[in-house]
Amino acid sequence: MKDFLVFENLSKSYANIKAVKNISLSINKGEIFSLLGPSGCGKTTLLRLCAGFEIPDTGRIILNGTDITALPPEKRKVNTVFQSYALFPHMTIRDNIAFGPKIAGKSKKEIEHEVDEMLDLIQMHDEADRKPSQISGGQKQRVAIARALINKPQVLLLDEPLAALDLKLRQRMLIELDQIHDEVGITFVFVTHDQTEAMSLSDRIAVMDKGHIEQVGTPVEIYESPVSSFTAAFIGDTNFLDGQVTQTFDDNRAEINVPGIGTIICYNDRKLKEGDPVHVSIRPEKIHMSKTEPEENRKLNILSGTVENMVYTGTSTKYWVRSGEWLFTLQKLHMRYLLDETPAKWDDHVWISWHADDCYMLEKYREADEQLLTLPDIEEAVPGSASPSSNNKDISSKESAPAKEKR
Amino acid sequence: MKISRINTEEKLITFPSFFWLLLFFLIPTLLVVLISFCTADPYGNIGKGFSLSAYSEIINISFLILVLRTIKLSIFTTVICLSIGIPVAYAMARMEKRWQQNFMLLVIIPFWTNFLIRIYAWKIILHPEGFLKQFLVFIKLVPESASLLYNEGAVLLVLVYTYLPFAILPLYSAAEKFDFQLLEAARDLGSSSIRSFIKIFLPGISVGIVSAIMVVFIPALGTYIIPDMVGGPNSEMLGNKIAQRVFTDRHLPKGSALSTILILAFVIPPLIQLIIRKTKKTSKNSPMGVLSK
Repeated sequence: MKDFLVFENLSKSYANIKAVKNISLSINKGEIFSLLGPSGCGKTTLLRLCAGFEIPDTGRIILNGTDITALPPEKRKVNTVFQSYALFPHMTIRDNIAFGPKIAGKSKKEIEHEVDEMLDLIQMHDEADRKPSQISGGQKQRVAIARALINKPQVLLLDEPLAALDLKLRQRMLIELDQIHDEVGITFVFVTHDQTEAMSLSDRIAVMDKGHIEQVGTPVEIYESPVSSFTAAFIGDTNFLDGQVTQTFDDNRAEINVPGIGTIICYNDRKLKEGDPVHVSIRPEKIHMSKTEPEENRKLNILSGTVENMVYTGTSTKYWVRSGEWLFTLQKLHMRYLLDETPAKWDDHVWISWHADDCYMLEKYREADEQLLTLPDIEEAVPGSASPSSNNKDISSKESAPAKEKR
Repeated sequence: MKISRINTEEKLITFPSFFWLLLFFLIPTLLVVLISFCTADPYGNIGKGFSLSAYSEIINISFLILVLRTIKLSIFTTVICLSIGIPVAYAMARMEKRWQQNFMLLVIIPFWTNFLIRIYAWKIILHPEGFLKQFLVFIKLVPESASLLYNEGAVLLVLVYTYLPFAILPLYSAAEKFDFQLLEAARDLGSSSIRSFIKIFLPGISVGIVSAIMVVFIPALGTYIIPDMVGGPNSEMLGNKIAQRVFTDRHLPKGSALSTILILAFVIPPLIQLIIRKTKKTSKNSPMGVLSK
């Protein structure tokens, strides 16, 4: 069912900060929908508006056809899993889970039955009589989910539920969350700043930045065809090139003149005309690198360059290759790493190439988004203002860049 | 090994305070209990031999009334202090940090003025010619003949005034540590805000509530200056009686006997609580104990 949970022109300000700016969004019944963005992008505010902890300045929230904008949290058929779990410390696990049904005034027998069902779901019968302080982080997480689900909400809101867990546990809880979703089948709205979490769990993702939504789509759409430089740089890593369209072809492709490189050929679904300025994004893993020159092909962009830096990460190696004024980030997956090829080294002369359909024209471009990219720390200043490498000075501020977290 | 060493270190560190308590609290208390079993001579000194005569006063209807009044006033004081202190603590804990500190200062400021002077201030406020009385008569809330001073009401008012800061301090320090997201969680699960307050916030600050009760109820039971100054003959408390026996009658054993009863009143309730808790614990652990054997 479409339009199950609808946000209409929602705005919310705190003091002078506009946390949510005129957001409209429609979430389908039964899907896992993620709100993804860096901290301070307004995703948690949006969730709190939905739960009823905040009242929007403007706009409406419609759940299953009813306007719930003015309802207090206890009257909404939505439940929240908090980032800090917020389990009641003075109650046992069983009492925590039973809290909702008890408030609803159900009979003792009913409550006991429902709690047992939930304990089955989260497989925690043995720990039922313990206090929250006596169980582990992953178990607290599961109790928080059970405590919310027992009320049979129409929407389950999850506020960075995995943020407090370590990497391995996080990966396991992701799978568990997915299983729980399959079992109960209700709508999940999942808030996270971790793109891997969002990508692996969600049916659809809304990428948020500075209080507005950049793009809504399936993980594939978001990753493969980002509309803005923010989405492209926040979800994974990428290369930005800018130039001018010099020629368009009938097969949805265009030739672009990029200063310092020459012309490249690019997929053109935006129907740009000759003379239009354009920014394109190319994902690092889509650029091929070889020591011999690849065979000429009309749909293949071929450049020569030198390896300026490399980082070995186990499953893949990240290379930074300079071609003219441009520094390209590319990622090479290790298939037979040491067996059939000698890996490229620093200062090796290499050929890089990518298919025309693998570079994507952006609708929106902001130079600031280049700070989200992972670039090697190279001391020397590089001429060429538009070159991505000119942003090296901001390397230190990239600690939270998503591509770094992936390692 | 390591644990035992820490224990000896801890013992060494706490020794001075234990010694202090032993010398200036435990021994004097035991002396008071001892004196209560002595006799008195006409000059106000302790006489020879032991006797239970000092306790004979207790078996007396007027004494029973006095004790009941003392307990009643103390309970009222505690209940009123809690019912003002808990909302204040809640409000303070929810304020911005800067405002919390300012409010803390407001709570503490009365301590900068001498206790006796503050009670005199109350005498002036409540005085028949005082501003408050005249105002209440003016708006016809009380008749001209009514007295605001020298009755139980005045004693209760000043008791609450005196002990309220002592109640707020532990309540605030517990509320300040309380995770207010728990209240959001409770509301999210369908509980109204009042119900969340009672079911989640009050248990959450239970430590603060218990210590607030302790620091209000116990001193209130033993208070003597307040009823002495703003109370009348019908609002005497146990403390006044003790003072009267010691200062006026110069009969130390009688004063000590009353003090002993007061001490027992402080000690017995926590002792019962401790015993109940201990038996609960052992009964809980017993199946495990059997298994391990």
